[in-house]
Amino acid sequence: MMPGIIVIGASLGGLRALNLVLGNLPKDFRLPIVIVQHRSNELDASLVKQLQQSCKLRVSEAEDKEDIIAGRVYVAPAGYHLLIDSSLFCLSVDQPVLHARPSIDVAFESAADAFGSRTIGVVLTGASNDGAKGAALIKTRGGTIIVEDPVSAECATMPAAAIKSVGTVDAILPLPEIAPFLLKLSLRNGDRKDE
Amino acid sequence: MNDSEEIYDDVEVSEVRLLLDVVYAKYGYDFRDYAYPSVKRRILNSVATEGVASISGLLDKIQNDPACMARLLLHFTVHASSMFRHPSFYKCFREKVVPQLKTYPFVRIWHAGCSTGEEVYSMAILLHEEGIYKRSIIYATDISEDVIQKAKSGIFPMNMMKEFTSNYLKSGGIESFSDYYTAQYDNALFSSHLKENIVFAKHNLVTDASPNEFNVILCRNVMIYFKRELQNKTHELFFNSLIHFGYLGLGEKETLRFTPRENNYEEVDVSQKLYRRTA
Repeated sequence: MMPGIIVIGASLGGLRALNLVLGNLPKDFRLPIVIVQHRSNELDASLVKQLQQSCKLRVSEAEDKEDIIAGRVYVAPAGYHLLIDSSLFCLSVDQPVLHARPSIDVAFESAADAFGSRTIGVVLTGASNDGAKGAALIKTRGGTIIVEDPVSAECATMPAAAIKSVGTVDAILPLPEIAPFLLKLSLRNGDRKDE
Repeated sequence: MNDSEEIYDDVEVSEVRLLLDVVYAKYGYDFRDYAYPSVKRRILNSVATEGVASISGLLDKIQNDPACMARLLLHFTVHASSMFRHPSFYKCFREKVVPQLKTYPFVRIWHAGCSTGEEVYSMAILLHEEGIYKRSIIYATDISEDVIQKAKSGIFPMNMMKEFTSNYLKSGGIESFSDYYTAQYDNALFSSHLKENIVFAKHNLVTDASPNEFNVILCRNVMIYFKRELQNKTHELFFNSLIHFGYLGLGEKETLRFTPRENNYEEVDVSQKLYRRTA
């Protein structure tokens, strides 16, 4: 069984933040990472390339029914919702949620369903409330929520909304501290898999 | 591990399963092999719009109210589409597939899961501009009668025309897009000559046999809602419905990789998810 999954939601200012988080993860990182970055369709092709430049893990756009593999980074394609099933991705072109497709809430909620307490949700900078509802569900299912510190975030709206919605999040961290925290969690989750 | 949350999950999973069982038994629509995460979302959307409190509330309503079932069916079939959606696909189709189609005396195309018809009219326009529409026939099918009626009407919101026109131009359109429709208040009514060789029909990919033999099958962003097994079954249906060297077009994030028919096709264009049956 996959020891867990990390889902990172980002909107306005997300590219810089994502580069910083992904760039600080080691190449033997043990968990799969899913990125939901709001963007217009046109910017599509460049995002994977830009993230790959800073990231030691392999970055790709998720395809429908693709198996989820640990230690890889998957980006939700522009114009699609990315949903997580137990061991693979499902895409959908249903209506945007909170004007967003991909929607962070959709990815968070499906991850919470599939991975329960082994879900780690991360909310980064953004001028939206997306992710707040999904983060609360991850928390309800016993998962972990990490939020970028609104004080230092490029745009505080999204992290602040997540904190308000979840109540007690597991960590509120400035960007440089998020990767080390994820690493710590991944080692803990990895050790749990034989339980 | 927290046991209570696993139990909570199981209740929801079995509620969804029960609802799908009832829908199948009572109405004959088989969504049981649809991918769970998207099915659940659509059911929960339906729970919200029907004003019921839970999935079991929806189940009660569906059992007693066929109109509620019709609305649920819409949640399962209507999705955001656009004319010439993913314009590079149509550009590639125009450049690499049409020259081959021109060698046939008669061309049959199947749009499986056509929803409200945006892509069907796109294809009719493309074939018209390439001079082969008159000897083509397009089968446009969907599971929902309501959606088929909507597609048949050829009416689309006026406020979509900007996006449609932009896509049309990017796809290699050679005429003026506004020549294809007339404005009626907030709607755009597409020319009836585009409909002449389109057959709109109800068809269920899960349970129905192939409607014919085709030169081209387009099924874009429909099978993403299926589980892998159902996808494989549908690919079998498509394979058997295509003539030799017939073409299969999928959505831009779908793939033939991992399916049993992977080796029976060649890629027409690596990035466009356009395949050609080789054997």
